[in-house]
Amino acid sequence: MRGKKPQADELRIGVFICDCGSNIAGHLDCSSVTEYASTLPGVAYAKENLYTCSEAGIGEIQKGIKEQKLNRVVVASCSPRTHQPLFQNSCAAAELNPYLFEMVNIRDQCSWVHMEEREDATQKAKDLVRMGVSKAAFLEPQQDIEASLIPRVLVIGGGVAGLSAAGSLAAMGLDVVLVEKEVEAGGLLRRINRLAPHGEKASERVLEMLLSIKARPNATLYLGSRVEDVSGYIGNFEITIRPEGGEAVREKVGCIVVATGAVPLKPEGLYRYDGTRVVTQMELEERLAAGALEAQRVVMIQCVGARSPEREYCSRICCQTAVKNARFIKEQNPEAHVHILYRDMQMYGTENEQMLCDARGEGVRFDVFSPDQPPVVQEGKVEFYQPLTGEMVGIPCDLVVLSTPLVPRDDAQALSQLLRVPVDQNGFFLEAHAKLRPLDFATDGIFVCGSARYPANVQEAVSQGLGASSRIATILFKDKLITSAIVAEIDPETCVGCMGCMEMCPYEAITYLPEKNICEVNTVLCKGCGCCAATCPSQSATLRGFKPEQLMAQIRAV
Amino acid sequence: MSKDVLVIGGGIAGIQASLDLAEMGIHVYLVESLPSIGGKMAQLDKTFPTNDCAI
Repeated sequence: MRGKKPQADELRIGVFICDCGSNIAGHLDCSSVTEYASTLPGVAYAKENLYTCSEAGIGEIQKGIKEQKLNRVVVASCSPRTHQPLFQNSCAAAELNPYLFEMVNIRDQCSWVHMEEREDATQKAKDLVRMGVSKAAFLEPQQDIEASLIPRVLVIGGGVAGLSAAGSLAAMGLDVVLVEKEVEAGGLLRRINRLAPHGEKASERVLEMLLSIKARPNATLYLGSRVEDVSGYIGNFEITIRPEGGEAVREKVGCIVVATGAVPLKPEGLYRYDGTRVVTQMELEERLAAGALEAQRVVMIQCVGARSPEREYCSRICCQTAVKNARFIKEQNPEAHVHILYRDMQMYGTENEQMLCDARGEGVRFDVFSPDQPPVVQEGKVEFYQPLTGEMVGIPCDLVVLSTPLVPRDDAQALSQLLRVPVDQNGFFLEAHAKLRPLDFATDGIFVCGSARYPANVQEAVSQGLGASSRIATILFKDKLITSAIVAEIDPETCVGCMGCMEMCPYEAITYLPEKNICEVNTVLCKGCGCCAATCPSQSATLRGFKPEQLMAQIRAV
Repeated sequence: MSKDVLVIGGGIAGIQASLDLAEMGIHVYLVESLPSIGGKMAQLDKTFPTNDCAI
């Protein structure tokens, strides 16, 4: 049997009971729990601490390991989520293998939830400690898993987000491979006119970024190229890049940045869109950039094709774009009349607030409309229902500009499949955690920035590019990848290759080896969730640190 | 050139910056004016939309 229980006389378990100030000791009898722990089989030493996580508490653990020759440590305190790494590292510092540590939570699930039941809480804490000690007897020493890291990064997409990430990565000394499907890099910034609020030329700004990357010897650019295939995992991805009509190139990288951006929706069939007298904001930008705007009276309509049943999300940046362009029109021609019809103005941040305020001062007109009664574009005018007066109002105009949302690129879905990362219900790439891991994918080593994730303005795309590059530095600045030893393993002797575990694995960490008719775990990809172990009909798949005999010992001790 | 970094403010931004810098192998000094770190986020209950416990 694997994970054989050591002989009872070999076992020297140390149990450290934490008062957590009054958090635990205030609601149960820690001294009684400590005394009880010392009577459990295999326990050589039990000690109560005021705060086990304090320097003094850690000192007690390390002293215990050295002086009492402890070969297992159990801490009964708070949540392993917050404190297990600290205690494990403390064990390691005292030369006890950190995987010979077991944690028991007698705070969150005991003292805190049984505050008025001192006796029962004390009894429950004893039960929990007994379970932990029983499992500890079956713990085995483990070695952390080490893997190599290639200090080279693939950036997919050469728009402002991708250029920002690539520039920053190259400046940090990492090799960068930038793949852009267009022949020219720069993305949407090549087409737009000027940037708010200072009015610098967008194309010049993006060219500057591009040139600084080209000047770096550690950056390789593949323009007019696509990523055709991706295999491998964090630290060791293998990439196939296909230049248009050329030979495929292979690259090896340690991390990947998805910066593929988004495209403005073409509002076919909406508001009599024709690309000449009814245009999109992007087409207006192109006219402004070319100095070819002649219109005297302009009406802009917001939320065209957005915040509607077929596209529920708000594209966030179109309000700023409309106000920015309205102001540029007024700047070029103060006599021009610009009227913005909106549902809600999304002008977040101080600069945008100020821009809206300035636009009003400069004579740009704003009127709200209801989505139930959208404006109607007619010959030479736009008619809309003015809810304040309850009347239909006609605004004469010679140009109608439609603010359309950014939508995911057609090939986003294919790329998401290639990289095995998810997209959300709108087709944008989905990060690991909306708040706390906004630039990471759930898959290690792959990151997202810019409008590939959600419509972003230039400032946001640049920040996210910089953020993604820092996240990568946290990985690739190390010599090797070190991950927890708590991963699954499959016994090749008993595995019959049923592949049940493969279907359960959320990380695609298991592969089937047809020549041997068995399944195998990739320990770098495995996160130790245990789904495979729970599903394996022959118990061939087991999770280190949570093997059947370890869990059963714990359960039998209840 | 000293490779140590000073982070002023121990809210979520300061903590994330400190963690990432430390992961990069840079020694970080995190200075917070209050007796405990966590800032505004530590005062929140749950974070939208995942309902993770903010603390």
